[in-house]
Amino acid sequence: MFAPFMANAWLAGTLVAMVSGAVGLFVVLRHRAFAAHAIPNGAFAGAAGATLVGASSLLGLVVFAVASALGVAALGRRRNDVVTALALVTMLALGAALLAASGAYEPTIDALLFGELLGVARGEVVALALLVVGAGVALALLFRPLLYSSLSEEVAAARGVAVRALDATFLVLVAVSAALAVPVVGALLTFALTVGPPAAARMLTRGPARALALAVVLSLACVWAAIASAFWSGWPIGFFVGAYAAAEYVAARAATSWGESRARP
Amino acid sequence: MRWLVEPGFFTNPVVGTALVLGAVVAVVSAAVGVVVVVRGQSFAGHALTDVAMAGGAGASLLGASPLLGFLLAGVVGGGSIEAAGAERVRDRDVATGVVLGAAAGLTALFLYFVSSSTSATGSTQSVLFGSVFTVSPSVVPLGVAVAAATLVALLVVRRPLLLSSLSPELAAARGVRPRAMGLVFVLVLAASVALSALVIGAILSTALLVGPASAALRVSRGLVGATLGAIAAGVAAVELGILASYDSFYWSAAHRSVPVSACVVAVVLVEVATSAAWARWGRGRG
Repeated sequence: MFAPFMANAWLAGTLVAMVSGAVGLFVVLRHRAFAAHAIPNGAFAGAAGATLVGASSLLGLVVFAVASALGVAALGRRRNDVVTALALVTMLALGAALLAASGAYEPTIDALLFGELLGVARGEVVALALLVVGAGVALALLFRPLLYSSLSEEVAAARGVAVRALDATFLVLVAVSAALAVPVVGALLTFALTVGPPAAARMLTRGPARALALAVVLSLACVWAAIASAFWSGWPIGFFVGAYAAAEYVAARAATSWGESRARP
Repeated sequence: MRWLVEPGFFTNPVVGTALVLGAVVAVVSAAVGVVVVVRGQSFAGHALTDVAMAGGAGASLLGASPLLGFLLAGVVGGGSIEAAGAERVRDRDVATGVVLGAAAGLTALFLYFVSSSTSATGSTQSVLFGSVFTVSPSVVPLGVAVAAATLVALLVVRRPLLLSSLSPELAAARGVRPRAMGLVFVLVLAASVALSALVIGAILSTALLVGPASAALRVSRGLVGATLGAIAAGVAAVELGILASYDSFYWSAAHRSVPVSACVVAVVLVEVATSAAWARWGRGRG
């Protein structure tokens, strides 16, 4: 399990889990789950396009994910959910058409949608790490205004926070974390990692700093367990990520309702 | 005609089945879609498509009919979304998201089993992105029956449903039970998603559900007019998409046709963009 060829998987998985946990907490707080689901699918179309023209897939992932995030931010102020839904199916259909045009084999498609344990090449880990550092710095700088505007957009706007610009920046952060996660976890499962562990963390703790720490811890646990299970069983890693993320959420819900029923004799 | 429709389009039995089934599915999706857009439930509608996808993958593993798989999974998933998110409306999107993620994981597992246990390829393509040209004609009667039942159910619950989404208090005063309404509607939604998954694939069926409805709602006043407009737009999108996909086989030298689902989504997008431009122009004049 800790063989040299697995080193990339562990390293990339750890980086992905840290970013997804931290960004995911704000996805949950800001109720942007649908957008967080749509953006990885933009990344899917980007990877498909990169396959077609023979470019670096990480470049395709980042460019398309950021473009769909800006699209959702620009068009989706009113009628939010309809715009997001349409952006999502557009990107998926584009990805399907690009893959059909490039004549890609089915394993390539499966890996993009459902993840691939060894989906990150050695050379890409450095680029991944740079993106993670960038996302971490951005999140640290934006932590207070993001939290503030998540709790009450009106108050934040009145205090002079540029709410729209902040929202667009946040969606770009979601896009970067999605572009990192898609090659490992898959376009359809990236979202499970962004929502499941942070939602569980928010339920179990009070206070934003603790919730952030717990979200990262739960997300790491989810990804590490998924890598180990995928290695031993040979099944796709995406299945384990989806299953463990859902299990964490269900367990957190059960624990809170048990605690509430004990507190109320 | 030759420059518009490539040879064999009207005489090919496979295309005939696709056109009939596509039209039926488009009518149901558009009618249900208007209610989805008015209630602001696009995310729930999309989550059901991902749950249906798991059912389709499971059916392809067992060798069962894909329509049955889509339907069964949609009903189970819809029920669990209702159950998980019913108490706290604010956390509804998170509960929906967790169900969706678990379903996508199951899909990955089923498709992995399909590709490792049989030598068949293309199951990912057909479950996710649909392939209406491979639907066997024997599915058509069942599809039409499900479509008819869904439309009847929608007609029955339409008024109380819209009332409870526009004004919950008024609906409660009239004796409408919101939870029962929500459950019935999720079942209607699951059936419509299962039908469109057959034609344009599980994860793209959101396009047929939301696209024509939102275009029609922008242009027309009144829900009856919007529903009729959405049905017309949906049928046009499916039929034109099938035509474009059929023709595209002859466009490139390599004879790689564009998937039907991608063509349908493209037509839907043109419709939405046109309706947005039309609404803006009308507002500018008035």
